[in-house]
Amino acid sequence: MTEIAWIDAVLRSARPQAVSALLRYFRELDQAEEAFQEACLRALKNWPVNGPPRDPTAWLIMVGRNSILDDVRRQSRNRPLPADEIISDLDDAEADLAERLDSSHYRDDVVRLLFICCHPDLPATQQIALALRIVSGLSVKEIARAFLVSESAMEQRITRAKGRVAKADVPFETPGAIERAERLAAVAAMIYLLFNEGYSASGGTVHVRVPLCEEAIRLARLLLRLFPSEPEIMGLTALLLLQHARAPARLDADGSIILLEEQDRRLWDRDMIAEGLALIDKALRHRRPGPYQVQAAIAGVHAHAARAEDTDWAEIDQLYATLERLQPSPVITLNRAVAVSKVQGPGAALTMIEPLASQLSGYFHFFGLKGALLMQLDRAAEARVAFDQAIALANTAAEAAHIRAHLDRLVRESASNSRAGASS
Amino acid sequence: MLYAILCYHDEAEVNSWPKEKDDAVLAKRAVVTQKLAAQGKLGPVARLMPTTAATTVRSGREPWIIDGPFAETKEQLLGFYIVDCATLEEALEAARELGRDETGALEVRPLRVFMPGSRTA
Repeated sequence: MTEIAWIDAVLRSARPQAVSALLRYFRELDQAEEAFQEACLRALKNWPVNGPPRDPTAWLIMVGRNSILDDVRRQSRNRPLPADEIISDLDDAEADLAERLDSSHYRDDVVRLLFICCHPDLPATQQIALALRIVSGLSVKEIARAFLVSESAMEQRITRAKGRVAKADVPFETPGAIERAERLAAVAAMIYLLFNEGYSASGGTVHVRVPLCEEAIRLARLLLRLFPSEPEIMGLTALLLLQHARAPARLDADGSIILLEEQDRRLWDRDMIAEGLALIDKALRHRRPGPYQVQAAIAGVHAHAARAEDTDWAEIDQLYATLERLQPSPVITLNRAVAVSKVQGPGAALTMIEPLASQLSGYFHFFGLKGALLMQLDRAAEARVAFDQAIALANTAAEAAHIRAHLDRLVRESASNSRAGASS
Repeated sequence: MLYAILCYHDEAEVNSWPKEKDDAVLAKRAVVTQKLAAQGKLGPVARLMPTTAATTVRSGREPWIIDGPFAETKEQLLGFYIVDCATLEEALEAARELGRDETGALEVRPLRVFMPGSRTA
């Protein structure tokens, strides 16, 4: 790795901690970002000459803070300032700061920064875009590409979102236990949204956008390092790892979706699976189940099965039942119906999803599953109606293509059936 | 003399490496380990999972379990065991037993990679 690439990697990994600490000093997002930017420029100039500091994050916070204070002084006194070399030798100040970085208010800083992006007035996609810009430090161009919009449109969106959160006035005092838990839950939900945005694009043709998924995993791990005893954060990290492990097997060469059952499981990332399963194991010890842990456990059951037919569907059914209790939702019942169809047959599953029709009338997967169940029950005409509805609701070309493949099969089968009927 | 070579790095940074970069580092290191293996000098090699997967047992009469890695700076790394357990609970029980009635701590961290090595004696 070249020196610049190495420094880039360090700056990237230090960013969430550094910007959030700078935000605590300046209490203003733009200024915190500007200070971090300035510190990065000085790092690029300084580190190749003087070598990397012992604690890069502490160095960046210190230099970033000084750079802004320098500016203020320069403007007020118009006097020459000491050279950068002096700042680069932080010694005691750096050690002192590094020590404070480990303390608990530091983790509140990072959660605050992420929480600011979760402003309830912001639509989900804007929350994600803002977090990617501010916390992860992705460029507007990179974010625009991930969301398949133009750079100028994304620029506008982020500026507007920033304006809104600037007025939100998130308090800087150390939060109480309940407030901290609430912030953590909001941040976890945002990270999950970010992952899902990468996992199944809500528009356009690209189906798996790996950088968004990787960024979500990076943020989840960061959160877990800051809150090592939160079983739901273990569950969230495990869930993302277990789902992302399947990414290499999810699309075929043409970009069509390969369903879980048909995926080549040898392509699954074994390291991610092992880490995800280890985190579930850790979370279980706490005996405080939550939606992320249960969803991770479901993904874990799939990961354990070497072949689709080895899947323990009864266990998955049980886990979905638990999830329904924790977080009742028609989408969860719909997912449970898949397990029920394996354990009790398509008839039982169809009975289970029929009452959901009105709530899920705009949901692609409802009609996709309904069509598949009807097809298994040899009710081809009804299956075709359901598949047509699914295609009309498909979010991506890959989803539509998948359903079209089912329809083609129905047409082929009905053609061969009628031929068979004619010859008998 | 047997030596342990312990690897340190910023895990947030290493975990952010793209796969190609990670593979390139491993390939570069494999050249060295293969040379050592050919000379019969390579013992077990392990790559640990991230510290987020770790659990720490504080030794004592009533061992105390903490999520996360061993993070104190006043104690030093003195040794390690590798155990093959079906669950984390089983590994933690082993650590509890090992440290019973002692002071200090035992961090239990799953392995990501394990290679037994070429050294036979």
